[in-house]
Amino acid sequence: MSFSRRDTILMALGAAAATTLPMSARAAIEDAISAFTDGAEVGETGITLTAPEIAENGNTVPVEVSAPGAASIIILAAGNPTPGVATFNFGPLAGAQAASTRMRLAGTQDVVAIAKMEDGSYAQARQEVKVTIGGCGG
Amino acid sequence: MADNVTPRVRVPRDAAAGETITIKTLISHPMESGQRKDSDGNTIPRSIINRFTCEFNGESVMEMILEPAISTNPFIEFQAVVPESGTFAFTWYDDDGSVYEESKDIAVS
Repeated sequence: MSFSRRDTILMALGAAAATTLPMSARAAIEDAISAFTDGAEVGETGITLTAPEIAENGNTVPVEVSAPGAASIIILAAGNPTPGVATFNFGPLAGAQAASTRMRLAGTQDVVAIAKMEDGSYAQARQEVKVTIGGCGG
Repeated sequence: MADNVTPRVRVPRDAAAGETITIKTLISHPMESGQRKDSDGNTIPRSIINRFTCEFNGESVMEMILEPAISTNPFIEFQAVVPESGTFAFTWYDDDGSVYEESKDIAVS
């Protein structure tokens, strides 16, 4: 099989697109994180993110976050078309700064939870979830 | 408006004063993400519940912002402190402007 000049250019374009797409998804989650933290430094302790290591069905993946002393918690999915999943804002009658819900994941990816503490500091937890069947439909 | 939207909430009937209780909520809703396409290749427009709030006697327990990445029939579990007898008010806000409400009484002994 021989490649014409046109084929070669098309392949080069395809390769360029394939490498740029994950970059833009990564940029979207960085934007979402800095929008929430306002660029502040994010610690690693004080927040727990519980999600399954392997999710067979990406349409409904249980997720639980807990961060004692948090004012709000945001959950982000790094590999989804839009990174936002949910934001919890806790009021004075919250029994614990914890909540669980179910989310959709497009494929195997990192799930990130960031808590904004009452003292203004931030904490983040990150976990990879392997997804057998993605949950975005098509 | 999404059809047959039924909120369901589980709250204990009674509790001790100051006790922390677990609340589970489920609302039937398709949560159309705006990413899917129908058989003709047209994008199905987004239609989700975008906000949920829980209040006890008018004071906030928690507020949640929901994004398209929340599953069909959104399930939410969280905890609340009950200082006195009263009523929990749950409110779900739909993209199309509909508001779904549910309330539960709790007796504190």
